[in-house]
Amino acid sequence: MNQAIRSSWLVALAMFTLVLGALTFVQFFEAEALADNDWNNRSLLQDFGKNRGSILVDGRAIAESVPSDDEFNYQRVYNEPNLYAHLTGFYSLANGATQLESVMADELSGASDDLFYDRIVQLFSGAQVKGASVELTIDPEIQQLAWDLIPDGQQGSIVVMEPGTGNVLAMVSKPSYDPNLLAGHDTGVVMENLEELSSVPGLSPYFNPATQSLVAPGSVFKLVVAAAALESGDFDADSEIPNPAVLDLPGTDAGLPNFINGGCAARATADLEFALEQSCNTPFAQIAWELGEETVLEQAQDFGFGEKFFVPVEVAASQFPAELSQPALAQSAIGQFDVRVTPLQMAMVNAAIANDGVLMKPNLVKALRAPDLERISASEPEVLRESMSADSANQLTEWMVNVVNNGTARAAAIPGVEVAGKTGTAEVSGQGDNAWFTGFAPADDPQVVVSIVMQNVDIATGAQLTSPSARQLIEAVLNK
Amino acid sequence: MSDVLTVSKSRRNVEALLLVIALGVAISANLIVGLDKENPLDSAFWTQSGILAALALAFHIVLRFRAKYADPVILPIVIALNGIGLAMIYRIDLANDTTVAESQFLWTSVAMAASIAVLLVFKDHRMLRRFTYISLIASAVLLLLPLSPLGLEINGARIWINVGFGTFQPGEIAKITLAIFFAGYLSTNRDLILLAGKKVGPLQLPRFKDLAPMVVAWLVSIGVLIFQRDLGSSVLFFGLFMVMIYVATSRISWVLIGLLMIAAGGFAAIQLFSHVSLRIDSWINAFDPDVFNRQAGSSFQVVQGLFGLANGGLFGTGLGEGRPDLVIYANSDMIIAALGEELGLIGLFGIIMLFVLLVSRGIRTALGTRDGFGKLLACGLSFTIALQCFVVMGGVTRLIPLTGLTTPFMSAGGSSLLANWIIVAILLLISESARRPAVTGPMKDSFPDRQDFRAGNLTSGSKEVSA
Repeated sequence: MNQAIRSSWLVALAMFTLVLGALTFVQFFEAEALADNDWNNRSLLQDFGKNRGSILVDGRAIAESVPSDDEFNYQRVYNEPNLYAHLTGFYSLANGATQLESVMADELSGASDDLFYDRIVQLFSGAQVKGASVELTIDPEIQQLAWDLIPDGQQGSIVVMEPGTGNVLAMVSKPSYDPNLLAGHDTGVVMENLEELSSVPGLSPYFNPATQSLVAPGSVFKLVVAAAALESGDFDADSEIPNPAVLDLPGTDAGLPNFINGGCAARATADLEFALEQSCNTPFAQIAWELGEETVLEQAQDFGFGEKFFVPVEVAASQFPAELSQPALAQSAIGQFDVRVTPLQMAMVNAAIANDGVLMKPNLVKALRAPDLERISASEPEVLRESMSADSANQLTEWMVNVVNNGTARAAAIPGVEVAGKTGTAEVSGQGDNAWFTGFAPADDPQVVVSIVMQNVDIATGAQLTSPSARQLIEAVLNK
Repeated sequence: MSDVLTVSKSRRNVEALLLVIALGVAISANLIVGLDKENPLDSAFWTQSGILAALALAFHIVLRFRAKYADPVILPIVIALNGIGLAMIYRIDLANDTTVAESQFLWTSVAMAASIAVLLVFKDHRMLRRFTYISLIASAVLLLLPLSPLGLEINGARIWINVGFGTFQPGEIAKITLAIFFAGYLSTNRDLILLAGKKVGPLQLPRFKDLAPMVVAWLVSIGVLIFQRDLGSSVLFFGLFMVMIYVATSRISWVLIGLLMIAAGGFAAIQLFSHVSLRIDSWINAFDPDVFNRQAGSSFQVVQGLFGLANGGLFGTGLGEGRPDLVIYANSDMIIAALGEELGLIGLFGIIMLFVLLVSRGIRTALGTRDGFGKLLACGLSFTIALQCFVVMGGVTRLIPLTGLTTPFMSAGGSSLLANWIIVAILLLISESARRPAVTGPMKDSFPDRQDFRAGNLTSGSKEVSA
């Protein structure tokens, strides 16, 4: 019997060993993966008990944690909530965190490696662990101006950035919301608020339209085609392209027309300068045919299309469609069909042109500050890629200045400053048009890039809300 | 079987010392848990600590008089486990605003009192052998009770009965009565079972009629699974039977037959009963969103438990610093997840080592005792503790499907505490006889082991009574 008893003991030991092995696997090897699981709200719940760092704009907190009387000890508060909602996102018990509150969570909660030293000091001093503060590149005056330039009730986004550094000076979208409504600790109330906010047309509290909405670019996409044309070497300032009022699209009954009331009709053939100036559709369609889908796609990718990146909030990948028929390629060349861009992506195209073809990585975070406000780290400008040659960029800049001086973007002109720009109107089936202005100034030494899109507007309103707004924003930045 | 030497020393002073340490662990855990309260050293704390210490002391004193040579390690281990469990239940009470710890404390007192009573009533474990067949009947009654009008169905399992002031799981007690029956039956008939039967290759097959206990075991296990829908208890009962049959016969063939039978039964159960197949599915596909979000048989509980364990990591968050309250049944079925979260992998290693020691002491007792009945009973009960730990901890860590079982001595649950404390008393009784200086023969007031004498000439079993 004793031998069997010993064997039973061995079986018991084996079972305990298996359990110890499984525990080691879960608690040691898999612990990180489990902590990162989307269903795991523990870190969020634990963070709620911490004094989270602030999000700062020009030294002022736009999001901060203030002491509260409930079990979580701190309540997240958003100052100027609507103005910055799409940037900060919200920090919610029930629904997780979004935008900067999410991507900068480690820094804000104090878990980042950068804060190791502070944590050690806090450990020994017994002080409450406090997270780092995140200082943004945003200029509060420009942000406010951009906000004011989108009328309430109008859906649209404005991005203002420095082409040389990629620093974002303003990023505004309407409709906006009050993140305080979602940051409360009463889950029931928060869920009700979330439901109410979700029913606002054009608004999702989970998503920043300036970086995540994909909209049809219309004619501002012609900048990409023009860049591709110059880079290919097949086209230059002297190239003349046929400029029919309507271009036959092979294999279809339809044709691609030039804008009926525009100035395109003045010439039977157009060079690139004129085609951009009057935003003529038919020459660009033919350029795209000549270059081919691949060449246009590659140029778009050189500007950042097809790539998701982080600034540090997530930026959706802008799209240029593939395997196009000739009519679809013609439509795509003028930013219609399935071409979709984020407002930030169009700012990047202009920033690359402004910066001699070098695309800097867009950036929202200027610095991290320790709880004692000492700077822990500051961001450095980072080259994302070379989008085009400096020569091509300078040529394109010249033509864009002409667009503002003589063409469709005249309302953006500023006396004494050379402004480069391009307008666009994208037809969206089932609703009004998207009106665009993208551009930069001064043309010889660009300091500011502006990308404006107003969605679901008629042409007249759109024109009113884009180029003139760009002028005000550029003036405001240059007057600083 | 006299090859295991036991030094005949009382070791009660060692026990006293270990008890002080165990009480220190238990009471400080309780104190740390309450630190966030306004007044952690309130009267409730002192009352509970005082009563726990008093009960431990009483137990110790009873052992000094009634079972002087009993194993000195078992009681301190169990006090430590029970105390840590109480602290964790209280900690989850504080988070959830419940009062489970109070009733758990009450049940601890009742269970310890019952355990002391067993020690006082039974001078020698061999007296339990008289109850071999009574135990069988008692087991049947206990197992059928939940199916009677008294029974309650909670979360799909019908294993509780209403006893007026609360609920009770008769199955926990049936664990003991079944162990007594099997120990009695097998120790009486083992020689007969062993000698008969054909030999096929290396396997000595049993005679068909000797399969009766196997069939009883199978019926009970499958019955519990089908009628009470309790996978955990079913596995536990079957493991108990298998180990006892194996120890009685030393024949792997019996275990293989048993495993084949249960495999067939289990396979049929998976096909026929959704509660079993859902458990399996939520084990394998725990991280499938459909499985996670569904209403019945969701993997939510086990996944939350894993999150808790992961949150604890190597060192744990510290008592009171984690969020074990996020896991459903954190104070009962999932208490291992709660302990793992706050005490970390290191803390759980410590707890599991306590269980390993406890089981090893029980097995040591089985090796050391001289009678077959005691060997079977001690080994069966010890192995049950190990198996129960494996089933519940393996379930929590997703090693095996999660089944609703308590962690012995730790989980909230009166019936489980009561049953396990009675097991402790029985193990102590057997260890007393194992470690007592061998001057006494069969006890006056117990049945002489006549069958063993008769068969003793043929097998090594003879030594257990002559030693």
